[in-house]
Amino acid sequence: MSFRVSKGGHIDRSRSLKFTFDGKTYAGFVGDTLASALLANGVHLVARSFKYHRPRGILAAGSEEPNALITVYRDAARYTPNLRATQVELYHGLQAKSQNRWPSLRTDFGRINDQLSAFFPAGFYYKTFMWPRKAWKAVYEPIIRRAAGLGVAPTQADPDRYAQRYAHCDVLVVGSGPAGIAAAMSAASTGARVILCDENSQFGGGLLSEADHSATRIDGLMIRHWIAQAIQKLKENSRVTLLTRTTAFGYFPHNFVALSERVTDHLENPDLHLVRERLWQIRATSVILATGAIERPLVFPGNDRPGVMLAGAASTYLNRYGVKTGSRAVVVTSGDAAYTTALDLHAAGVVIDAIADLRTAPVGAWVEAAQSAGIKIIAGATVLDTQGNVRVRRIDLGQVVSGTVVKLQPINCDLVLMSGGYTPSVHLFSQSRGKVEWSDTVKSFVPGRSAECERSVGACRGIYDLSEVLTDGAATGLALASKTPISVQSASFTVKAMPIDTNPYVGALPQPDSQSSSKAFVDWQHDVTTRDLALATREGFRSIEHVKRYTTTGMATDQGKTSNLNALAIVAQTLGVPIPQVGLTTFRMPYTPTTFGAFAGISRGDLFDPVRTTATHEWAQARGAVFENVALWKRARYFPRANEDMHAAVARECLAVRHSCGIFDATTLGKIEIVGPDAAEFLNRMYVNSWSNLNVGRSRYGILLREDGFINDDGVIARLAADRFHVTTTTGGAARVLGTMEDYRQTEWPDLKVWLTSTTEHWAVIAVQGPRSRDVLQPLTDIDMSASAMPHMSVALGAICGVPTRLFRVSFTGEMGFEVNVPADYGRAIWEAIFAAGQFHGITEYGTEAMHVLRAEKGYIIIGQDTDGTVTPDDAGLTWAIGKNKLDFVGKRSLERASMKTATRKQLVGLRTPNGEVLEEGAQVTLRTGQKPPMALVGHVTSSYFSAVLGYPIALALIGGGRARLGQTLYVPMPNGDIKVEVTAPVFYDTPGARING
Amino acid sequence: MSKQPFSALSLIWRAASRHRSWQPQWRKAEPKKAYDAIIVGGGGHGLGAAYYLAKEHGLTNIAVLEKGWIGGGNTGRNTTIIRSNYLFSESAALYDHSLKLWENLSQVLNYNVMFSPRGVMMLAHTVHDVQVSKRHIHANRCNGVDNDWLEPEEAKAFCPPLNIDSNIRYPVLGAALQRRGGTARHDAVAWGYARAADAMGVDIIENCEVTGFRRDTAGAVLGVETSQGYIDSRKIGVCAAGHTSVVLQMAGVSLPLESFPLQALVSEPIKPIFPCVVMSNTIHAYISQSDKGELVIGAGTDAYTSYTQRGALHINTHTLDAICELFPHFRRLRMLRNWGGIVDVTPDRSPIIAKTPVPGLYVNCGWGTGGFKATPGSAHVFAWTMARDEPHPINAPFNIERFRDGYLIDEAAAAAVAH
Amino acid sequence: MLIIDCPYCGRRPEIEFTHGGEAHLVRPPQPAELSDQDWAAFLYMRSNTKGIYAERWRHARGCGQFFNALRDTTTDHFLSTYKSGTPRPVVNTTPSEEGHS
Repeated sequence: MSFRVSKGGHIDRSRSLKFTFDGKTYAGFVGDTLASALLANGVHLVARSFKYHRPRGILAAGSEEPNALITVYRDAARYTPNLRATQVELYHGLQAKSQNRWPSLRTDFGRINDQLSAFFPAGFYYKTFMWPRKAWKAVYEPIIRRAAGLGVAPTQADPDRYAQRYAHCDVLVVGSGPAGIAAAMSAASTGARVILCDENSQFGGGLLSEADHSATRIDGLMIRHWIAQAIQKLKENSRVTLLTRTTAFGYFPHNFVALSERVTDHLENPDLHLVRERLWQIRATSVILATGAIERPLVFPGNDRPGVMLAGAASTYLNRYGVKTGSRAVVVTSGDAAYTTALDLHAAGVVIDAIADLRTAPVGAWVEAAQSAGIKIIAGATVLDTQGNVRVRRIDLGQVVSGTVVKLQPINCDLVLMSGGYTPSVHLFSQSRGKVEWSDTVKSFVPGRSAECERSVGACRGIYDLSEVLTDGAATGLALASKTPISVQSASFTVKAMPIDTNPYVGALPQPDSQSSSKAFVDWQHDVTTRDLALATREGFRSIEHVKRYTTTGMATDQGKTSNLNALAIVAQTLGVPIPQVGLTTFRMPYTPTTFGAFAGISRGDLFDPVRTTATHEWAQARGAVFENVALWKRARYFPRANEDMHAAVARECLAVRHSCGIFDATTLGKIEIVGPDAAEFLNRMYVNSWSNLNVGRSRYGILLREDGFINDDGVIARLAADRFHVTTTTGGAARVLGTMEDYRQTEWPDLKVWLTSTTEHWAVIAVQGPRSRDVLQPLTDIDMSASAMPHMSVALGAICGVPTRLFRVSFTGEMGFEVNVPADYGRAIWEAIFAAGQFHGITEYGTEAMHVLRAEKGYIIIGQDTDGTVTPDDAGLTWAIGKNKLDFVGKRSLERASMKTATRKQLVGLRTPNGEVLEEGAQVTLRTGQKPPMALVGHVTSSYFSAVLGYPIALALIGGGRARLGQTLYVPMPNGDIKVEVTAPVFYDTPGARING
Repeated sequence: MSKQPFSALSLIWRAASRHRSWQPQWRKAEPKKAYDAIIVGGGGHGLGAAYYLAKEHGLTNIAVLEKGWIGGGNTGRNTTIIRSNYLFSESAALYDHSLKLWENLSQVLNYNVMFSPRGVMMLAHTVHDVQVSKRHIHANRCNGVDNDWLEPEEAKAFCPPLNIDSNIRYPVLGAALQRRGGTARHDAVAWGYARAADAMGVDIIENCEVTGFRRDTAGAVLGVETSQGYIDSRKIGVCAAGHTSVVLQMAGVSLPLESFPLQALVSEPIKPIFPCVVMSNTIHAYISQSDKGELVIGAGTDAYTSYTQRGALHINTHTLDAICELFPHFRRLRMLRNWGGIVDVTPDRSPIIAKTPVPGLYVNCGWGTGGFKATPGSAHVFAWTMARDEPHPINAPFNIERFRDGYLIDEAAAAAVAH
Repeated sequence: MLIIDCPYCGRRPEIEFTHGGEAHLVRPPQPAELSDQDWAAFLYMRSNTKGIYAERWRHARGCGQFFNALRDTTTDHFLSTYKSGTPRPVVNTTPSEEGHS
């Protein structure tokens, strides 16, 4: 560990952690990140760039890192690509590897792209790869795809779990630097509920990068003591929630903020009961953004070599992690901030060959401090180039002398530290739709007018002076928590620190007229150079959004955190317009990449969507039922016995119903109780049918339209009393129908005295169908089920096996049939009682598939299968159901339009196949045979089955002008030829309908 | 064609001068006083319409007015899915017309729009889905549109990351695959049309917002008021997507449109893993992988109308639930960026490409969530409609009167949830 | 996720609600007397306002009530919610300094 200093920082040197990078074992300490541990081992080369495969080192120390993307894995499933080494906390046994290189990081054949880069300027792919036409997909695109991409996706399903949590608070503070801590403290002091979150593993933000020997004091305390004391105080407050490793990544309307908490990724052996990540969704009365600022890199030729680093990052590595990032350094800076780095490194024994200051005449306490430390300062400096392959080894400085750039003697070094001041992190502010404003002093966009109840404090609004930052945070925290105006008098801190002139710089560094051939990178990760930006503007891409999309600047996984401002400035300079005029690309969530699994949370497997089961579900499972998903419900589709396939099982089930008796769980049908003096009038207005003339104890098949005249839903509706109806709906339509009814009841006809209650869950519905159904049920009930007492379409109240029941005589099979409604809790018991009683009669359980066949044999439609949202009652042959004397009902006016009455509308008919084929549902129908595409289509098959009772296939179809075509021969074109079909009436079995009245 | 044709040779040639000799792909045009035709809206549909007006109808004194930057609306915000396997014959004709234009678009425009017919696979999860899928497949075949049924194992062979475990909540029961479908590079479509139209003299005027219409006493359009002044034109086509209602209201035209937020997102780039496009309408998952390596994922629309170009978190969450269920290997991948667009939706979810009641005013709108795929075809028939003042046979059914008369082309209803 | 102030229950998250489209559209009492054009307007024409929009919500996973809201469709901030059947309130249409909704 040649680059580790012996003491200081926030690491624990008492325990060494072994880890591997690209198969080689290294050691680090508790408190390290992967980046700091690699640097401590002298490893700078950690990645290859996206496009040119240039060797890349670690640029930053936080989430803004554009270069150091690596894969961390525990096994093939717990395998995470594209993590930033600067954010990965070290644990014993951590395995990491580099990405996007072949065969190895040091020897990457992809480097050829860099040599050929003259042919790959921005947007080159729009200009070529067009010939021959098919080659794009066959040749060019696969090559480009293989070259693109960063890491590799895991090859196994992720076994880890994710959780979600909702929380409310008075004040959410994002970021725990000095501004965030001060804000949280003052907000908490009012008794407010406060949540303080930070993306880091420790609270303190930028303060954690302060040197142990720093003379800076807050309220007389050393920085680390002040942080510890403040956090301790917050911890002791039960109304404060503290979240580390938690990134506020999304800001949504109405102060809804999404946070991603990483729970186990930093642990050597995560407890299996722990979730890997937790998604917090927080509704905050007020939000305080204390998100800090990101140091701005400088744009000069060769600024991407490993060993070229942000100055502040070098401070962080030294002061927080005890790591020297090199031996000989040149510091290039536009302001005072990097002087602290130079002095800290100097004190740690790093040779500082020069501070190259962009200012023409740098002065002040920091300059004096550097001078007295013996550090050479070059004023008016610029950088012309750097040298070095996998590590910088030389820097070529220049000096701007009366407007021209002169070359200086090159300096050999292994570390170049750059600082162009700071860029406030306005990402969340902008996501909240606050308006950013350009600040000439900050040389950046800063928060302007807020759109939500939110305030930015500290560095993220361009305030860098520690004392001002603390005051800003504290005053804002107090004001937002107590709903009072912000008053800086409310907070005071005693701060001892040397003032810093940040003097931000934006754009490319000055270059001589004969420019270096080296690339000056603006966006490190996407390999976007100053030349690419110039090309884009030359080609007419003037809006920054166009430049971004054409050059891909700012579109990498760091989303331009270090590059956007420089890109903007360079484009503005090229176009000769002020920066704000070029515009600013939109900030979008997430602030940093966020795991898909965290969004999905517990929604996986059976919890992906709620499962609704009926009272007989377990019974059916035990009988070997095969289930189908219908809406949220699980419905038994058929009950295979022995080696039966579906067709055999369905044929058997159908025959049982036709010949003796079948039992079917119809619970999933929607049920609505409609009660009140105006219940019949309400139904009159909703459904096409007449309800006033329906007698108590009788039921009727109802059709509900949409207001545009097309069939919406259907179901049997029974009148239980003058003012009470039991309405059934389709399974999938239950909620929709109730919603529609409530809409009309509440908003169109609030004068009607009628109340609607969903009773779907209340009743278990057992359909007993077939010629023996009465024989099965009568012994179990006190209701007189005789044909005279209970004719078809009647309903009776009574008891079955001592349980209260609503007994419907109703048939969806064409056989005599009953539906037993009992309270759902009794469903299973009554089902089993009926099933036992039916054994003598050969009762057979049947599923939805047999139900479909049975109803198709009778020409009864299924909404959604034989109708599709474009079918009117007349199309479906249901004109008879429409109340003759009704002036209005939902959808009636639409039926009066000419288009609803044309003779060529598709009408429901039956189809028979003379040659015995079972048609495929969805197959199309034509008038003429032997057509070639595009054919003139006249309709399609909606339902098709082999009818066991008839011994031949049957089908229902919607055919243009179908009812006028009875007896005609039409054709169903299939891939292997046309199938001849004959148009029939839609009723195939028991046309007179005698059986239903048995 | 552009004075600077694009090719590998031209790239190599201009590399010698460090690419300093490239000219703007389209001029920064100042508005003239009058044009033979004006297109309002510089997205793919509008730029394409200008291109076809110039190319096929001899109108070159044309301006495209864009209130922001071209391609900045839904053209630059969609998930780039291209397919034509629509149910109704009217739709199939429109979208397949478009697909055929896509197949040669790079060559025609001399701009690589990266049309990649990688196959679009639409999953079926329920018995009802299977019925609907097969109805589409049969209808498509009869209409000359390719679409094949795949059993789950075949679907997995086509898309290896797909989870076809029969024990998941909504198992994959099969899929409809249109092999000619695929993706394209959305920005390139806008830029490619812009460059080709510009080369024929079309003025592309950015940062030019339409603020009103002038009409004569008979009601016909005379021109538009814009943020850059009044411009005269007797032929104005509106291709303003989510803002169509806003623009047409200035001309006194009401259309049955509502504008909703629609979101999409991408993952961080990964090496190639996803070879095609997969769509699941039932559990709301739409996914492909871009050439750059990002998984491109479409989410649903929000419930409410909005012009904010952003939607709610739970809409994304819902989509990622489905993605993780169908592709459990992707659960550890990370969302890089999420964004929103504004989609204009008609009652039957089919577009309007038509004359309006105002003489000289035409509209191309109502594409809902699926307009990108139609860009070339829509632009082509819209240009025809504007040039001849009568619809092309392909867009004749997509008129405004259908809502009054009830001749809807209801693709959404036809896939309605059942039972 | 929006926060919606149900006039019956108070402020609740959006996922408890369903959107009900434009508000203050009244179903014609005598549809038969309308022309096809007027009926189609009732069925399909919506103002699709960019700005302050009167819309309906239903607290579907709450009290079940429909109610109306004024929302700025350029910010998604609510200006008011009010019971069905009550007139559209007059609100200050200049945008608020910040959305304390």
